[in-house]
Amino acid sequence: MKMRWSGLAFTVGALTLSAGALAAPPTAAMLVNACAGCHGVNGGSAGPSMPSLANQSKEAIVVAMKKFKSGERPSTVMGKLAKGYSDADYAAMGELLSKQKLHATTQTLDAAKVAKGKSLEEANCSRCHMEGGKEGKEDSPVMASQWLPYLSIQMNQYLDGTRKMPEKMAEKVKPMSKTDLDALMHFYASVK
Amino acid sequence: MQDFRGAHFAAQKTGGTMSFDRREFLKATAAGLAAAGGGALTGCTATKHAAHVVVIGGGFGGATAARYLRLGSAGGIDVTLIERQPGFVSFPMSNLVIGGAKKLEDISRGYDGLRAHGVRVIHGNAVAIDPVGRGVRLADGSALGYDRLVVAPGIDFMWETVPGLTAEAAGPVLHAWQAGAQTTALRKQIEAMADGGVFAICIPRTPYRCLAAPYERACLVAHYCKTHKPRAKVLILDANDDVQAQRGLFMSAWSELYPNLVEYRPNHPISSVDVASKTVRFEFGDAVKADVLNVVPSQRAGAIARQAGLVTAGNRWCGIDWRTMESLAHPGIHVVGSATLAAPMMPKSAHMSNQHAKIAAAAIVAPLLGRVPSPEPITIAHAGYSYFDDRNAAHMMSVHAYDAKLAAYRLVPESSGVSARRGEAEGKHAWAWAQNLWADTLA
Repeated sequence: MKMRWSGLAFTVGALTLSAGALAAPPTAAMLVNACAGCHGVNGGSAGPSMPSLANQSKEAIVVAMKKFKSGERPSTVMGKLAKGYSDADYAAMGELLSKQKLHATTQTLDAAKVAKGKSLEEANCSRCHMEGGKEGKEDSPVMASQWLPYLSIQMNQYLDGTRKMPEKMAEKVKPMSKTDLDALMHFYASVK
Repeated sequence: MQDFRGAHFAAQKTGGTMSFDRREFLKATAAGLAAAGGGALTGCTATKHAAHVVVIGGGFGGATAARYLRLGSAGGIDVTLIERQPGFVSFPMSNLVIGGAKKLEDISRGYDGLRAHGVRVIHGNAVAIDPVGRGVRLADGSALGYDRLVVAPGIDFMWETVPGLTAEAAGPVLHAWQAGAQTTALRKQIEAMADGGVFAICIPRTPYRCLAAPYERACLVAHYCKTHKPRAKVLILDANDDVQAQRGLFMSAWSELYPNLVEYRPNHPISSVDVASKTVRFEFGDAVKADVLNVVPSQRAGAIARQAGLVTAGNRWCGIDWRTMESLAHPGIHVVGSATLAAPMMPKSAHMSNQHAKIAAAAIVAPLLGRVPSPEPITIAHAGYSYFDDRNAAHMMSVHAYDAKLAAYRLVPESSGVSARRGEAEGKHAWAWAQNLWADTLA
């Protein structure tokens, strides 16, 4: 049966695909799109326990993926997932994510904690988590606007030893009280 | 609307029976993209028309395809989405509604996000496809021409596998396997059930959509009953010989959380259902009379896929070229989501449909941007979560890589597995995962 469409018979395939034609590697965008189902749109997470990946440095992404793969960094799904991708994939993902704009979140935060966190941050954290956590030195992650539940999960892993703190971080974190750390997390969550 | 049709009319008329060669096509497209500057519908001439992709079905597969076609082409492709329902209701997380932990509105979204990307959303029912003439007809008699078609019809039920039950005469026997009115209706039945009542869920033989979902549903109904109807019984009547997903996790949840509530019975393929008495009979073993009877029939590709001759496997599923998701039966038509004949160990799930759609969109968009489509599609990751009560969940995940020898995706075994244990942290991840998956599909 041949149907007629508004009096017109459509006989043209304007788009032609021939998948075997030529080699072209999948683009970084295609790779990063595959992450979006869990990490959100344009690297910005809509789920409070999952991190935003936008604006992370390439090094931060590559190092995180390698640590997931080796098991050095604890995870639920990422340790398995990382084994499905290569170092070259990590680099391509990191390159693209580093160019995505910081994902600003709006969260319910305690203003007093934010203020206290700010005072602690400058003296203790800002050499690696720069610009109020909007930038990371080398492989230090971007902290700004991350969801409080995500930050809290990570801090708990550092404190219970399942995630290893870098030495410089341990020097700063160990003398701090839980209240101090809570204030710091509120501060970073507030930065846009 | 008129402009839209006009654009196609001009393009098609000028083209006549043209056989656009590749170079001409790319040149025309590049000019079209440059001239259109993202606003595809204005200033169309014969060589500057925007290609038109029609997407049938606004679930996880279809909506994601529409979104990525617009994003990937920077607005250079016109996209029309045809969806029967006025809004989007998520099947993932719908068992939380059935168990009473969430409301239907918590798992419902609209199509405004897609409209903001320039997707034209038509709420209608696609009833016929002409793969040669490249057009789609809707139930209201209207018709749409397309350059490429994405078919994402999800699943339909094989009522013939449950004698006594039909779509029209199911009465109080619900499937609730497509989220929406049946989700709410099943919740109401469970609320209305007397303490001491029996909730029975009948699971079809694999493959069916969302392997873990029936077992999760049993857990969440049991969680509700534990507090509100402690003398109730939750019966799982499985046509398969064992639990089909997250076996250890479900077995331990049933024995630890619901020891006198949940009973699992494998090897229970249905022979008939008596709707009036809510009794189900099996090929072997005793009949079961339930107070709330939830029968999930066997499934196959949605009706439009069958009507269009896209079903190539076992009268059930659509065979596709995994590099592009293009139908093996009809060129120019891409099939995504649960309607496809799954690659080995590939689940039929929301996240997988979302990933299928991105493969299809990339393949459709590439020539328009002057790129040759990648010869091998990307490696895709898949995650899904099951709740065991209103807070504790566990994941199942897998990574699938394209295998040229197999001409299909294969499972990457070291990247695939389930949580060691259910937990509250994963319960939070499960809900966060849903937020991000909904955003990636619709935002």
